[in-house]
Amino acid sequence: MFMLTHMITSFIASAGFGVLFNAPKKSLLKCGFVGMVGWFVYIWLVNWQYDAVISSLIAAFTIAVISQIFAKMYKTPIIIFSVAGIIPLVPGGIAYDAMRNFVENDYNMAIQLAAKAFMISGAIAVGLVISEVINQMIRKVQFKSRI
Amino acid sequence: MGKEYPPTIEVIEICLLAGKIMLQGGAETYRVEDTMTRIAASLGIPHSHSYVTPTGIIFSTDGTEPAKLIRISERSTDLYKVTLVNGVSRRISSGELDGKDALARLKEIESADYTFPVYQQILAASIASGCFLIMFLGSWTDFIPAMIAGGLGFVSFIYVHRVVQIKFFSEFIASLLIGIIAYFFVYSGLGTELDKIIIGSVMPLVPGLLITNAVRDLMAGHLVSGLSKGAEAFLTAFAIGAGIALVFTF
Repeated sequence: MFMLTHMITSFIASAGFGVLFNAPKKSLLKCGFVGMVGWFVYIWLVNWQYDAVISSLIAAFTIAVISQIFAKMYKTPIIIFSVAGIIPLVPGGIAYDAMRNFVENDYNMAIQLAAKAFMISGAIAVGLVISEVINQMIRKVQFKSRI
Repeated sequence: MGKEYPPTIEVIEICLLAGKIMLQGGAETYRVEDTMTRIAASLGIPHSHSYVTPTGIIFSTDGTEPAKLIRISERSTDLYKVTLVNGVSRRISSGELDGKDALARLKEIESADYTFPVYQQILAASIASGCFLIMFLGSWTDFIPAMIAGGLGFVSFIYVHRVVQIKFFSEFIASLLIGIIAYFFVYSGLGTELDKIIIGSVMPLVPGLLITNAVRDLMAGHLVSGLSKGAEAFLTAFAIGAGIALVFTF
């Protein structure tokens, strides 16, 4: 039940972001799907007591792989799917907590949280880049074998 | 070679226009550069150089023609236009479109407005806010407050931005309003967790696209655009944080 609620809400939230980013109407459902899978992976790993940074990395990697498949299938730029997909992973909550602690003059806690938010957003970007690099490697190997 | 290429000036114009639309729509820097060189190559200029930053594009053909510069002042996120320009560039590469048609099509894309109607955007923002509240482990009683706060925050973001053309200011006002509304919901007993409501309703304003694009640009070696996008993302996050912080100080 817990997982089901999370899947439904993440699907709607990602599709909603597709509307805000003005993604093509046909791709809204796919945006929602990508976001749902990413959030599912993240929540599942966090439930298994994995660190939030590692979970974000793996979830972002999954999102990028699915987005690449979709981009190839529908001949659209990959950014449409990957952007809507990673939005749920963006550490908004932690960044907010950090800001709140800054305001309340608890700088030790605030710096800790800010560093964590920075690590998570770095992990998301690394996850996206790794999948891109792997994709390029695969493409090069295919190209060579054809020659 | 039986194929006739359009004059160089026209090719430069096509490339710059395509690059401008893509950059304004929020495409990654490498994609903009790649598209421009690809269009130029298929229209008869094999060696061209482009230098893309978030605030301007410089494009030069490896010849006697002067390099041209285009200034980008307004940036938003419009993935539909990015898709359309991508389609045009594909069709140019495959030879379906010649120079004149491509230019006309690009001008049409540039002037058209494909965005969703404002009420749909507001609806999407408020529903997304409610869903984020649930995803951040909030309780269902706070769902409606988060929807209202997120929706009104987004409305104020759009309308303040129309009046004052400074992004920092409109984001600041929007998050301030979200903080005040959330506070009143909790104060009147309709909402329970102030933190969760604020986090959920602030999410539509969070610069997620900018942050990831910035890090990707940095890793791809586009240092200037990566750093400036990072600065823009930081400024947005700071505006949101400052707006919320102001509520807490009272």
